[in-house]
Amino acid sequence: MKLLTCNNLDAFYGDFQALFGIDFYLNKGETVAIIGSNGASKSTFLKSIMGIIPVRKDAIVYENKSIGGESTHSINRRGITLVPEGRKLFPSLNVEENLLIGTQSQREGTWNLESIYKLFPILKEKRLIPSSSLSGGQQQMVAIGRGLMSNPSILMLDEVSLGLAPVIVKDIYKVLPLIKKEGTTILLVEQDIKQALSVSDRVYCFQEGKISLEGKPRDLNHDQISQAYFGV
Amino acid sequence: MMELLNTIIHGLLLGGLYSLFATGLSLSFGIMRMINMAHGDMIILSSYLALAIVIPLGINPFLTLLLVVPIMAVLGYILQKLILNKTLGNDILPPLLVTFGFSIIIQNTLLEIFSADSQGLNAGKIETASIQLTQNISVGFFPVLVMLIAVFVIVALEYLFYKTSLGRNFRATSDDHLTASLMGIDTHKIYSIAMALATAIMAVAGVLLAIRTNFDPSAGPLNLLYAFEVVIIGGLGSLWGTLLAGMILGVSQTIGSYIDPGWGILSGHIMFLVILMFRPQGLFPKTKDR
Repeated sequence: MKLLTCNNLDAFYGDFQALFGIDFYLNKGETVAIIGSNGASKSTFLKSIMGIIPVRKDAIVYENKSIGGESTHSINRRGITLVPEGRKLFPSLNVEENLLIGTQSQREGTWNLESIYKLFPILKEKRLIPSSSLSGGQQQMVAIGRGLMSNPSILMLDEVSLGLAPVIVKDIYKVLPLIKKEGTTILLVEQDIKQALSVSDRVYCFQEGKISLEGKPRDLNHDQISQAYFGV
Repeated sequence: MMELLNTIIHGLLLGGLYSLFATGLSLSFGIMRMINMAHGDMIILSSYLALAIVIPLGINPFLTLLLVVPIMAVLGYILQKLILNKTLGNDILPPLLVTFGFSIIIQNTLLEIFSADSQGLNAGKIETASIQLTQNISVGFFPVLVMLIAVFVIVALEYLFYKTSLGRNFRATSDDHLTASLMGIDTHKIYSIAMALATAIMAVAGVLLAIRTNFDPSAGPLNLLYAFEVVIIGGLGSLWGTLLAGMILGVSQTIGSYIDPGWGILSGHIMFLVILMFRPQGLFPKTKDR
């Protein structure tokens, strides 16, 4: 069942067109990765879904409703949550307060403080310290936890591995299957192709604002991916 | 010597009123990053609202708080929702210009309705009552009351900010409004609630000011200046810093007046400049400039 569909989605920064006729879909419960080089407009795509960048109303359909152009906070409350690039924790809030900020939508589900602390036990120890004094990996855990606290149907993760040590990235990627098991649909934007392919059911490759390749990881070979990634 | 001590105590208590002036400004700057140029005029508007209630009803000016505070809160909510939210963005100029416009509108409307005569509210015996501390030192009952109200407002705001989910949303929005909306916070609604809170505190300040001293339609800008100085001395986002800064400004003014009656306001401004020179971030900054 298609949970989210993008039909011929265009997006602009002023006069500059960043996305060109993107056709995209997400099935309920799957994990999809978007790969592509810097400047391929992967993050722009996530921002368009979240209503940060204005798009046509019918360009985005979620649960059979057109939600293009809706305000960011109401899209979150509908059940789509973005874990933004660079983590973007609230520095004047402690760890637990950051997590609680995720509960605005008041949607029911398995995720609450207790289950987040079970997923990331280190956060329970650090629950009362300022989020800014955590390590990068721990901050990423808070960012993912904060996103999960809204019990989203779709969790979108923008460059979770950026700036983290490989061993920490591995730890973070270990939790994605657990999140998927709870029924959450995951959309992953990632530059680390290997990590992305290892966890995803399907993959899209973006190149200069267009989709250059689409398929299941096991059906795609190395040449196809580098062709789609680099355009050479 | 005793006279100097009395002067200092008087200045410290004056800090209560100044901190009430500044709290609303601190809120709107801290949460919306918006400078409300009409802040002082909205305080004076509250004073006139109290006057307009006292004249026909003849009630005690303190009772007008029950009406003026909710009226101003609703007015602040509506102004923010319908006008000010539309001016907020990456450019700081639009909200400055719009609130500057409000300032002119409020001053001229008050002038039209109430004339340029200075007005005052009479709260009766409470204004002159004093508490004798020692043989030579006494403090006015009213200034003590104002200080207690200022402390109460700060304690209540601290509770709101650090113990409630609304306060958590205020702080998150202040940190990063875009990420706050990504997390489902309706930031424009948060701004409107914050403005309602700020105007409610302005209303308290306006009524107490009207009881304490005379006011006229052009008194707003000077109050705005005091509020600015207190917010900057105290450091952005720090409510207790605001109270202490109010006391510093108050004591500077009363000591200035003690030395020469004409030096009161000037010495307050000089103290402000001196602090700005050595600690441009204020004494207890909490909010980081973004």
